[in-house]
Amino acid sequence: MIRYLTQRIVAFIPTLLGVSILIFSTIRLVPGDAIVAMLGTEAGMLTDTQRQSLEVYFGLDKPPLEQYFIWLGGVLRGDLGLSVRHGQPVIDVILARFPVTLQLAIMAVSIALMIGLPIGVLAAVKHNSMIDLFGRLFALLGLGMPSFLVGTLIIYVLSVYFKILPNSGDYVSLIEDPSRNISQMIFPAITLGFAFSASVMRTTRSAVLEVLTQDYIRTARSKGLSEAIVIQRHALRNALIPVVTIVGVEIGYLLGGTVITEEIFALPGVGRLLFNAISQRDYALVQGIALFIAFNFVLINLIADFIYIAIDPRISYAQET
Amino acid sequence: MLKKHKSTEVSLIRRLLRNRSGTLGLLLVVAYALIAFLGAVGVTPYPTLEQHVRDRLKPPSAQYTLGTDLFGRDIASRLMEGAANSLRVALLSVTISAALGTLLGTFSGYIGGLFDTLLMRIMDVFFALPALLLALVIVSVFGSGVTTTVIAIATVYTPIFARVVRGPVLSVKELDFITAARCLGMSDARILFRHVLPNTLAPLIVQISLALSWSLLTEAGLSFLGLGTQPPNPSWGVMLSESRGIAEMAPWLMIFPALAIMFGVLGFNLLGDGLRDVLDPRLRGHKS
Repeated sequence: MIRYLTQRIVAFIPTLLGVSILIFSTIRLVPGDAIVAMLGTEAGMLTDTQRQSLEVYFGLDKPPLEQYFIWLGGVLRGDLGLSVRHGQPVIDVILARFPVTLQLAIMAVSIALMIGLPIGVLAAVKHNSMIDLFGRLFALLGLGMPSFLVGTLIIYVLSVYFKILPNSGDYVSLIEDPSRNISQMIFPAITLGFAFSASVMRTTRSAVLEVLTQDYIRTARSKGLSEAIVIQRHALRNALIPVVTIVGVEIGYLLGGTVITEEIFALPGVGRLLFNAISQRDYALVQGIALFIAFNFVLINLIADFIYIAIDPRISYAQET
Repeated sequence: MLKKHKSTEVSLIRRLLRNRSGTLGLLLVVAYALIAFLGAVGVTPYPTLEQHVRDRLKPPSAQYTLGTDLFGRDIASRLMEGAANSLRVALLSVTISAALGTLLGTFSGYIGGLFDTLLMRIMDVFFALPALLLALVIVSVFGSGVTTTVIAIATVYTPIFARVVRGPVLSVKELDFITAARCLGMSDARILFRHVLPNTLAPLIVQISLALSWSLLTEAGLSFLGLGTQPPNPSWGVMLSESRGIAEMAPWLMIFPALAIMFGVLGFNLLGDGLRDVLDPRLRGHKS
């Protein structure tokens, strides 16, 4: 088991290195030179001497490979460069907004699991019943309704039928005013979690259906266990494995979806920060956020790997023998 | 030979029609393609940019089937051209990524060795980035617009196609009939095109359908954020975004683009699911 975990952690490092190379070189593709990339339109006002001294200051006179290693060295020390628009280190700008996105993501995943798991299990156990039909309809809706659609609909319904505007007023943090914070966050979280809950439901349903046909379920039933125990102890635990995979993968979509959700509901999170950075051509910030989100995504998948082992002992045993 | 080929195609459609989600998906896709075609050739009730100043924000009526927007433009016409615009982006990007991915995946699987390992490691890096994030980074680099949207979607999907194609290539190239073909003195190119590539078709077709669904979604999402299709050109994402704030007065501005996105995305998704059930024997009868 330790060996399996070490293997996963070792594989984690080259992936992150690859991601850093990909992001670094993509940002270098910006038309025009790196000074333009950093300063945007204001670069036009520079004199030649100013431009040269900036190039020396940022190390742009060095070969690309050396530039990459200098940048990587900075990243490892927690230095992601300077945001031109914010006049602050990129890492500080990101970390200031991260709690909002983290809370949004946690709430969205919780909502998705709270809705998706029970409906998925019920739909499979009561196969071809009304619940199953409802579940399948729900899965269809989830497939066809991306977050920007759900968000727009939610705001419409709230403002027309309940006369409230969820995105009015300034954002308050969870510590400042918990109840107000939750009331501000709940609808964005539903928006973000909706499609996710549908795919959790879909996966759970087909996984449970699959597991229920296995021999050990028949054995469990025939030795006289109650149906509840058969489902809980034997079916659910085995069905969870594909669900964990899907949760790991879908969190990637979720992290991308925060851009749209935070933009619709005007939440000051990392996603909206990325959107603004793109609109304002703040490339250092775009690069920093991309790296930050990718790091989180890879980390989440690593955690998903660990959870596998916890629920499926076969994986670690197979590695040891 | 040709006749036999045709009959397998017919039976594929017949089998697809026996599959419930496949039938529904096929219907939606055909309807969507028709609407998009009419939109593309300009057979719309009104010109899409024509502003009827006296008929602003009119609800659906006999004159304007789906109502008009803030500038008095006909919603139905704009939805039709929007369908054409989205489908153009989706087809272009999926064609590019499917071609590039198939090429990479085939060579990687067929040649194997260090080339394969290296290429697949590079592809893994692309998988380590959330798809929409990768698309957004590309948009930020090349600026917003339709061409960038195509590049972004193609970049996200090329590694996926490469991986989808590589699998069957790897398993087929070890089979006896390939060895036999080689013994008969067939060239690598002939073996690849005659014997290896046809075996990648089934998973490829399924993936193409799912990729189209995802690219419709991404085009709409990017356009919604103002980073894809640029107004005044119609796109479902742009129209949905424009409805924000005035949907209270004119809900049809929001409802119709929303329905269009939903059915478009669902259509390709269901078709992909149906095709997978029909084409992938391992999964046949698996799903209820």
